[in-house]
Amino acid sequence: MSSMPLLSIVTFLPLVGAAFIFLARGPEEIVARNARSVALWTTTITFAVSLLLWLNFDNSTAQFQFVEKVDWIGYGINYHMGVDGISMLFIILTTFLMPLCILASWEAIGVRVKEYMIAFLVMETLMIGVFCALDLVLFYLFFEAGLIPMFLIIGVWGGKRRIYASFKFFLYTLLGSVLMLLAILYMYFTAGTTDIPSLMKTGLFSPEAQTWLWLAFFASFAVKMPMWPVHTWLPDAHVEAPTAGSVILAGVLLKMGGYGFLRFSLPMFPLASDYFAPLVFALSVIAIIYTSLVALMQEDMKKLIAYSSVAHMGFVTMGIFALNTQGVEGAIFQMLSHGIVSGALFLCVGVVYDRLHTREIARYGGLANNMPRYALVFMLFTMANVGLPGTGGFVGELLTLVGAFQANTWVALLATTGVILSAAYALWLYRKVIFGELTKDDLKKMLDLSPREIAIFAPLVILTLWMGIYPAPFLDVMAVSVQHLLDQHETALAAAKAVATAAR
Amino acid sequence: MNATLPVLAPAYPEIWLALASMAMLMLGVFRGDTSTRLVSWFSIAALVVAAGIILTQPEAAETTFGDMFIADEFGRFAKLLVLIGSGFAIVLSLGYLRTERMERFEFPVLILLATTGMMMMISANDLIALYLGLELQSLSLYVMAAIKRDSGRATEAGLKYFVLGALSSGMLLYGSSLIYGFAGATSFPLIAQAFEGGGQASIGIVVGIVFLIAGLAFKTSAVPFHMWTPDVYEGSPTPVTAFFAVAPKVAALALFVRAMLTPFGDIAADWQQIVIAISALSMILGAFAAIAQTNIKRLMAYSSIGHVGYALIGLAAGTEEGVRGILIYLAIYVAMTLGTFAVILAMRQKDRMVEGIDDLAGLARTHPGMAFMMAAFMFSLAGVPPLAGFFGKFYIFMAAINAELYTLAILGVLTSVVGSYYYLRIVKLMYFDEAAEPLARPVRGDLGVVMTVTGLFTILFFVFPAPILAAAGNAARALFP
Repeated sequence: MSSMPLLSIVTFLPLVGAAFIFLARGPEEIVARNARSVALWTTTITFAVSLLLWLNFDNSTAQFQFVEKVDWIGYGINYHMGVDGISMLFIILTTFLMPLCILASWEAIGVRVKEYMIAFLVMETLMIGVFCALDLVLFYLFFEAGLIPMFLIIGVWGGKRRIYASFKFFLYTLLGSVLMLLAILYMYFTAGTTDIPSLMKTGLFSPEAQTWLWLAFFASFAVKMPMWPVHTWLPDAHVEAPTAGSVILAGVLLKMGGYGFLRFSLPMFPLASDYFAPLVFALSVIAIIYTSLVALMQEDMKKLIAYSSVAHMGFVTMGIFALNTQGVEGAIFQMLSHGIVSGALFLCVGVVYDRLHTREIARYGGLANNMPRYALVFMLFTMANVGLPGTGGFVGELLTLVGAFQANTWVALLATTGVILSAAYALWLYRKVIFGELTKDDLKKMLDLSPREIAIFAPLVILTLWMGIYPAPFLDVMAVSVQHLLDQHETALAAAKAVATAAR
Repeated sequence: MNATLPVLAPAYPEIWLALASMAMLMLGVFRGDTSTRLVSWFSIAALVVAAGIILTQPEAAETTFGDMFIADEFGRFAKLLVLIGSGFAIVLSLGYLRTERMERFEFPVLILLATTGMMMMISANDLIALYLGLELQSLSLYVMAAIKRDSGRATEAGLKYFVLGALSSGMLLYGSSLIYGFAGATSFPLIAQAFEGGGQASIGIVVGIVFLIAGLAFKTSAVPFHMWTPDVYEGSPTPVTAFFAVAPKVAALALFVRAMLTPFGDIAADWQQIVIAISALSMILGAFAAIAQTNIKRLMAYSSIGHVGYALIGLAAGTEEGVRGILIYLAIYVAMTLGTFAVILAMRQKDRMVEGIDDLAGLARTHPGMAFMMAAFMFSLAGVPPLAGFFGKFYIFMAAINAELYTLAILGVLTSVVGSYYYLRIVKLMYFDEAAEPLARPVRGDLGVVMTVTGLFTILFFVFPAPILAAAGNAARALFP
């Protein structure tokens, strides 16, 4: 397998599908039908090929695998791809969610289907690229380029305030990232290369430079994550995006922030990461508690889930900057499970939205009576969102809390109250929508899940339970890489301390 | 007759273009306005031949006419960009001249003359040669701005351009005379000799440089000498605007770079702050003033002011990387701007040209291909990767970081975020809104070709950027022997 450029194939396969759809001509209806099936086939095949990555992945090394390196721009900037235990599962997550997104848009999207499918496939390429890139410039290219299709997805197929939401999304994220671009240029200037593995060697940047670089990267990832107080674009973008767009936003785009912390901030600026950990803790705890309280007050289903995403991402940042095995592994696991669970919750909202075209919580109630299967699925994901043992959400939250507890007891204590609050808002949402009297006539007419919807939810249900009951396969993949990351971090700190002592 | 002829080989492209424009003029005069099309195509051929001559010139730098004229890699790169800009501008004008009933054979001839002037500017190695080239260019441009004689707006634009341009030429001459008075030479290398090995610049020289920069800033439409730009862009016929936005900008920036770095490279500290201020103000004004525009040509005028601000960051850095950044930026800017103007020229409703930004509404429905290209140009102008515009900014900011101009770099990226707002607004109009009155179909073939060529360049630049980057690197090296 080593001779095949597997990563490039996975990354650019969706573009091939997009090109096919682009070239399609004919009456609109036929083009739309073809676009749908081509997109579904492309994403499914991409998923299948990406599974080869997992099959051939070597759990026992922290080295980058499936490495490809080709001359690109020159002057030390190359096309360099590769994955390790931290990034590989994110690729699988992306390729796994994409076919479901296409399926979820099957009937919900009726206009400009061709353009929609192209935007999604381009988006997939860019998202996978972010996780594969082993060159800073290449990474930035994928990272930023993703704004264009997402801007169009929200703006063209979104809800009533789509234009406001799309502009806010674009400008907010761009503002965060341009500072990172300057940091990348500074690193290129100092180190003479943008090769990520070379930059991970410690001691390249002075402590002072690390502080500024860390802040510049933080500006980008904190917005993407999003962390309080720069999370305000997320509720707007989530609410206005079409269902599949929300799934991609919550499922994958938010993960880029956490991935960025793990790939860049921690290994490249270890001193600054250590120095700023309390700041991140503070922001994470505020995010967990504050946004959970905000979620309690929401009247819009999507907005509630969006705020709950911000709270869950608070656990992730807290875990990452706990800087111990449990914390980091928990953070990665939490990102994966949140990608699936929040994606599934948005799909759940999409199911009723497609039928009633409103997301107002008060409009619903009593759906358990006429949509029992829907009630069951929704319940499972609500529980997973709360972090009930046996679901994927539990493992991640527990590990991040254990990690945080070792780093700082107070942080862990405060974050745990967030778990209780999440139970409050998630169960409240579930009660309002599913239980109670079925009084409204239009609700009575609503049909239960169609076979297509069952096909969407089945893999999500299986995965959520699998991650909750037997998380070992996932944790095994990341274990060595995480350990390597933390060892390097320790070494860097120790080296800096030695220098400081010697200077004294 | 013992006077020997100077070596002409370095100036062959300019000589060829001058002769060609004379020939075109004769052809036009004898065959009348019906020959406009023929003259246009011949002119394009002349530009292509000139580009061919440039490509066959030897790599080493050569000077002639008593060191007043230099042909080096830097000049060749910039000249090729100018030739590309001029050639495409003629292509863009073909359909417009016919439909607007202003087929005048002088139009392509004026472009040729202006191009000759621009190439002289780029190769100028002496203050007098600089002025000569500049005036040949400017005089042709003044006429072009007003070539639509019966239009009040065009006449106003031409007059405004002429009066302000004359003023700036005056400032430039005054600066040159001060420099000559205090340095005792007009030749760039000779002036540079005065500062070699830590020679100080007298106050007279510094004042002279300030005036020189003021004149050059006017020609590049940098703040605070930008006032003419929006009015001239809006008032001139659109193909003329397209021409203004591309070729003269490249030539003026190249001249700016050479006139600063060759004679005054060693006393960069004395003029650097001025360039930094000009660059910062241009970026800020370009970003904020464009937001309120409703006319797309005015919007492009402010956008071009902003882009000049970015390019000048490279000059403010004053390094080889800075020059390389400018050249890459210009190459990409030429493509994006030509493409955008091709789209603007295709904006017709029924029988008249429209210029409102709102007229683009719903373009993605009525003209999907054109909207796609326009969106690519807009994202590229905003500097979003992976489009070409990103790489332009990337190398400019790289130079700024390497020269430790952190504040300027941060200001640059922040204004680029502000600027992206109005580019996004155009994308929003095309993709999110419904058309009120759709634009006419079909789009003219020549415009379509320009859009496609420049669009593909913009979109696919990232796949194989190395050749242009290497060429720009070579060209920049020529200025730092």
